[in-house]
Amino acid sequence: MIKINYSCFLFALKYILIIFFLLCTTSFSQSCEVLKKKKIINSEELIFHHISDSHKWTIWDNSKKNLSFPIILWDKGFKFFTLSKKSLKHSGFYYRIIQENIYKTDFIGSLQKDTLGFIRNKRPLDFSITKNVFASFISFLLMFSIFKKKHFSYKALEATSFISRLLEPLVLFVRDDLSIPHIGIDKYKSYLPCLLTVFFYIFFNNLLGLLPSGANVTGDISTTFMLSFTIFIIVNVNSKKSYWRHILWMPDVPFLVRILLAPIELTGIFIRPLTLCIRLFANITAGHIIILSFISLIFLFKNIPVIVLAVSFTLFILSLKIIVAFLQAFIFTTLSALFIGRAIH
Amino acid sequence: MSYVGLAAIGAGLAAISAGFGIGKIGTSAMEAIARQPDAFGKIQNAMIIAAALVEGAALFGIVTALLAVLK
Repeated sequence: MIKINYSCFLFALKYILIIFFLLCTTSFSQSCEVLKKKKIINSEELIFHHISDSHKWTIWDNSKKNLSFPIILWDKGFKFFTLSKKSLKHSGFYYRIIQENIYKTDFIGSLQKDTLGFIRNKRPLDFSITKNVFASFISFLLMFSIFKKKHFSYKALEATSFISRLLEPLVLFVRDDLSIPHIGIDKYKSYLPCLLTVFFYIFFNNLLGLLPSGANVTGDISTTFMLSFTIFIIVNVNSKKSYWRHILWMPDVPFLVRILLAPIELTGIFIRPLTLCIRLFANITAGHIIILSFISLIFLFKNIPVIVLAVSFTLFILSLKIIVAFLQAFIFTTLSALFIGRAIH
Repeated sequence: MSYVGLAAIGAGLAAISAGFGIGKIGTSAMEAIARQPDAFGKIQNAMIIAAALVEGAALFGIVTALLAVLK
């Protein structure tokens, strides 16, 4: 067995957790400042604004300190805008943004609504850089700068730099406890980069979404859908004949039961990656909603004792969410290793 | 007509089912650890995987309730 150095990891983890908690308390000081201005705050709007994607990144609540992103649309030709202009006009095409959806209008700015109140204007294809796309670029740059070869060199036959001492137990955990038992010692090497990338991508994005003005990358269903779609493609492209035989015509089972099992297993091919997608999305989004609901309790009650209660509950849920961040990455990777292992043998 | 009240009841039922399921998993895990204390690591791994699967099922109910409220 390979000896894993847990004590260095725990030593560094203590300082990282202290800094993390200190950063998270900055969001509470911001909420006291807003109370003094006596604004009426719609808590439902606040919660959904923090959770969903948007075309600009608001660092604090003032609207002067925004980060506007370029908007790229496809409407018989590419069009580029920035959000700093009041309305989006480009040589005869007019657009309006309503609740982060872009609609095509005429120069008055008219909207056609149907009987139920939904807007029925046409929408162009939206390829713009949004908050989640930018945040995933940032986490990609972070991962790229952490996992470099010079940090992980083993010339002294041992991990030497700070980053390798911090992350080596995690990497060895993914290799020894998640991939080798399910995939097998002879074949795990070709699937290990995929599993490691998925694990650290989900872990870092979950942690970054917990910071006060962080973007909710893994709480966006398009991100998790693409992750599970990748696993779906890997599992089905690398599958052997015994995998399909077990699905369509399971051996060692009476004939009528085989006919019954085939459609259930066929839908199971699609539903298993879908459960990966929805499990990650719902866990992360539910945690964010709980934290934001506790904070907006302060705005509902507007007196001092509620602040003590709400902040203590929020810190408890935050610590729970840090565990959930690691756990969801672990679960995703375990189940993908399981599916890959089933497909190969 | 919006189904906000029924969605809230549905979300509460999902929470009840999650608590019940994970309680059963925890019970059997504790009993297994008490019978064989040196198998703690393997039992803990299996317990966490089963708990995440049960929570996934409960969260499907929560997501459906959210969809009913938002539409």
